[in-house]
Amino acid sequence: MRFLFKTRYEQDLGLFRDDVQRNCYVALLAAMVALPFLMPDFIPDFSLVLIYGLCGLSLMVLAGFTGLVSLGHAAFLGIGAYAHVYFSQTLGLPWIVSVALAAFVSAGAGVLVGLPALRMTGLYLAIATLAFAQIIQEVFNRWEAVTGGLKGEAVERPVIFGYSFHGDGVILGASIAYEDLAFYFLCLAFLIAALWLTRNLLRAPTGRAFVAIRDSEIAAQSMGINLALYKTMAFAYSAALMGVAGALFAHKIGFLAPDIFSILLSIQFLLMVVVGGLGSLHGAVLGAIFVALLPVAIGEVREGLPDWLGHLFAAFGPQASEAVAETVDRFVKQPGLEPGIFGLILVLFILFEPQGLYGRWGKIKLYFSQFPLYKRASFRRQKSYMRSERLR
Amino acid sequence: MALETFLQLTLNGLAVGCIYSLVALGFVLIYKATELVNFAQGDLLMLGAFTCYMFVVWYGVGYWPAFLLSVVLIAAFGALLDWLILRRVIGQPQFAVVMLTIGLGAIFRSFASMFWGSEIYTLPTPFSAQQTVVRGISVSHEYVSIIVGTVLLCAILYLFFAYTKLGIAMQAASQNQLAAYYMGIPVKRMFSLIWAISAGVAAVAGVLLAPVSLIDANSLGFIGLKAFAAAVLGGFGSIPGALVGGITIGLIELFSGAYLSPGFNSIAPYAVLLAVLVVRPQGVFGVVGRKRV
Amino acid sequence: MTFFRADAIAIHFGGIKAVDGVSFEVEKGEVFTIIGPNGAGKTTIFNLVSRIYAPTAGRLIFCDEDITAVPPYQIARRGIARTFQNNELFEHASVLQNLLLGRHAHKRSNFLEELLFLPRVKRLELEHREAVEKVIDFLDLQPYRDSLIVNLPYGVRKVVEMARALCTEPKLLLLDEPSSGLNVEETGDMAFWIQDIRDLLGVTVLMVEHDMSLVSAVSDKVLALSYGRPLAIGTPAEVQSHPDVVRAYLGG
Repeated sequence: MRFLFKTRYEQDLGLFRDDVQRNCYVALLAAMVALPFLMPDFIPDFSLVLIYGLCGLSLMVLAGFTGLVSLGHAAFLGIGAYAHVYFSQTLGLPWIVSVALAAFVSAGAGVLVGLPALRMTGLYLAIATLAFAQIIQEVFNRWEAVTGGLKGEAVERPVIFGYSFHGDGVILGASIAYEDLAFYFLCLAFLIAALWLTRNLLRAPTGRAFVAIRDSEIAAQSMGINLALYKTMAFAYSAALMGVAGALFAHKIGFLAPDIFSILLSIQFLLMVVVGGLGSLHGAVLGAIFVALLPVAIGEVREGLPDWLGHLFAAFGPQASEAVAETVDRFVKQPGLEPGIFGLILVLFILFEPQGLYGRWGKIKLYFSQFPLYKRASFRRQKSYMRSERLR
Repeated sequence: MALETFLQLTLNGLAVGCIYSLVALGFVLIYKATELVNFAQGDLLMLGAFTCYMFVVWYGVGYWPAFLLSVVLIAAFGALLDWLILRRVIGQPQFAVVMLTIGLGAIFRSFASMFWGSEIYTLPTPFSAQQTVVRGISVSHEYVSIIVGTVLLCAILYLFFAYTKLGIAMQAASQNQLAAYYMGIPVKRMFSLIWAISAGVAAVAGVLLAPVSLIDANSLGFIGLKAFAAAVLGGFGSIPGALVGGITIGLIELFSGAYLSPGFNSIAPYAVLLAVLVVRPQGVFGVVGRKRV
Repeated sequence: MTFFRADAIAIHFGGIKAVDGVSFEVEKGEVFTIIGPNGAGKTTIFNLVSRIYAPTAGRLIFCDEDITAVPPYQIARRGIARTFQNNELFEHASVLQNLLLGRHAHKRSNFLEELLFLPRVKRLELEHREAVEKVIDFLDLQPYRDSLIVNLPYGVRKVVEMARALCTEPKLLLLDEPSSGLNVEETGDMAFWIQDIRDLLGVTVLMVEHDMSLVSAVSDKVLALSYGRPLAIGTPAEVQSHPDVVRAYLGG
């Protein structure tokens, strides 16, 4: 077990705990850069993971760090997407300006939602965000001039500083479309920038104020934290991140329609935050990887499970094997299975793994570092029974 | 506007509002008892409607027995939910429980569309397509059944909570679980009972609503959201509030549908919800709670 | 200059008069204690001073300024800090982060600077850290610097709560039952710390306390309350022998 010996205050302030951790992250960055060349078929999926990473980061800042639960966060994604398409295609503004404006518009919407939030406790805020998301969806449906209404709108490829990537090439023996590759690196750059900015915020007074609001509003006020200001800031920052993610998302899916930004998408984002682990940046990324790759995994299982189970039951004879394969096949091929699986995973994680994947990773590390003195009760939470104790 | 139109809208608004009241009632009951908010309440309504449909159409059971059976079944399911899952999250922060019930709601919707199929169904009832015309207003028997059913149910529940030992025990358990344990109140059984009642109420609402609206896994689930508006408007801890809130939201929805352009009527309940949350978050009858420091 | 004065403050919750016309004045550099039975309104007065509640009547004056209508988050900036009866620490953060939050009132960087973590922000952070370390030295919290609050024993948490209040560099410190839940040895430490806060740091202390030995040891002036009304005010000896106080609170 390594022990970190601190000699200067700067060591607590820096981005990394020590050189070893920094080198690990540099290696991770190198791996991310090399990834598209090693697995070129999955580049679009990786781009989606990165965009989801931005979304997860956004919701993590709001719900995980500031304790403001937003059940309708997909609405901000939609606002960012539609705003960016409007600014860059309808108005013809340059790409960077359009993305910046989309983030700005989204932040403004965040402030709008945040303002009523100032007077509400956690539960009512959650309900308010849900209502807000429904209203925004209706706005997407009706405001045809900007959003193209129900018929939707096609999204062109990004043209950055007048340069747009096109064409194919062969790198390392694999055929890669240059625009997919460029888009991947664009998303990667944005995600790293967002992570860096958020990390800065969290090691500065503003980030501490966010955490204070989460843990005890009354104490936060008596420390001089203006609740209204900081809650609004949290909403605005979170919504701005979602706005940027929305712009990238628009390019990724290529065609915008109002029903993409539905409650189901918001639930997916919540799943990200819960699965990853509330209150950590790593959790946001881990959760994003999980949720983005889950539909792929479900798809694979759908294809493979009936045959696999059929083979398993082959010992009981060919008829039994067929019957099993067929029933399972009919079951898994139903539409509407996916939301159920999301719900199931959400429920299982809340019940059995409330600190998420990152929390589980922390527990594993603790186990090995404290072996054989590890106690399971180290992480048992204090339950609060009285009603007045649970009001914040 | 003509008097007939006004009265017609009022009647329809009352009926729709009664459905919202019943679902809101379910929210309020669970919240009063356990301080949890059940985001899957609308989905329990949907399950109630589907179960009744299944008994009537698949198995040919009569309407009234099917009604009773589905209510009992869903109530038992609610108690089972509490026993299996929700009991484990007592005392955890509210965010966890909110997520849990949202996840459960998604599972219910998925199950319904897989088990009963994702087409739209209608439920034949003794009141179907019958109406009496009173002075130019067509009074649909289905709507009347909704209103009468709601009023009856609310009266029964009010008497239960105010005058029976069980009801008072439930109120005690809702205010201080630890103290209720010390007084010998079987808190966990109380909670299961509350969940059963709440689920049963949702099932009643579902069966009453089924002939009026069409039974469809996803749309019925969204009623939950409008019922939220009703519960918040009335005050989240108050039973008469749920009734008042629900009827108000129903009337707002109907009248805004008549007078505002399309699209506005579907968001009117949400706009009202936001307005209430800004101006008076505790609703009409609710009480403001505060932490003692 | 009036350092701190409460002028006939009152607060009514519905029909209950939790505090009913209490007036007292705190001089700079003294330790002023409020005693009284439970329900007398002592913590309510604290909540009024830190503006968590708004008084129904009366005025509060601090450093010649009327603070009766000041919003709660500006109280810290004016130099009033408080501890809470049931610790209101930030449970999932470390002691160091809790104390750094105490420095929030002295924050001088803005959002954009922090977003980019400019060198100025780094320099300010180091200054905050140094200020916090002085308080850690003062209260001997070095071993607990990086521990999470959830893992700390009760006695240490109370000290952290006081440390956090001290990090705001207050002129007036409100201590709500500093010795509740502490054993004899820890209460002795607390007495020394309160005296040091008054003598070494020059901070005026207004406290609520039940432990009479602690009250006699450190207080300069005592106010006795009962049912929201003042009973007696004076030196500890005077108040503890006052017949009304003996009848209502201290007993034969």
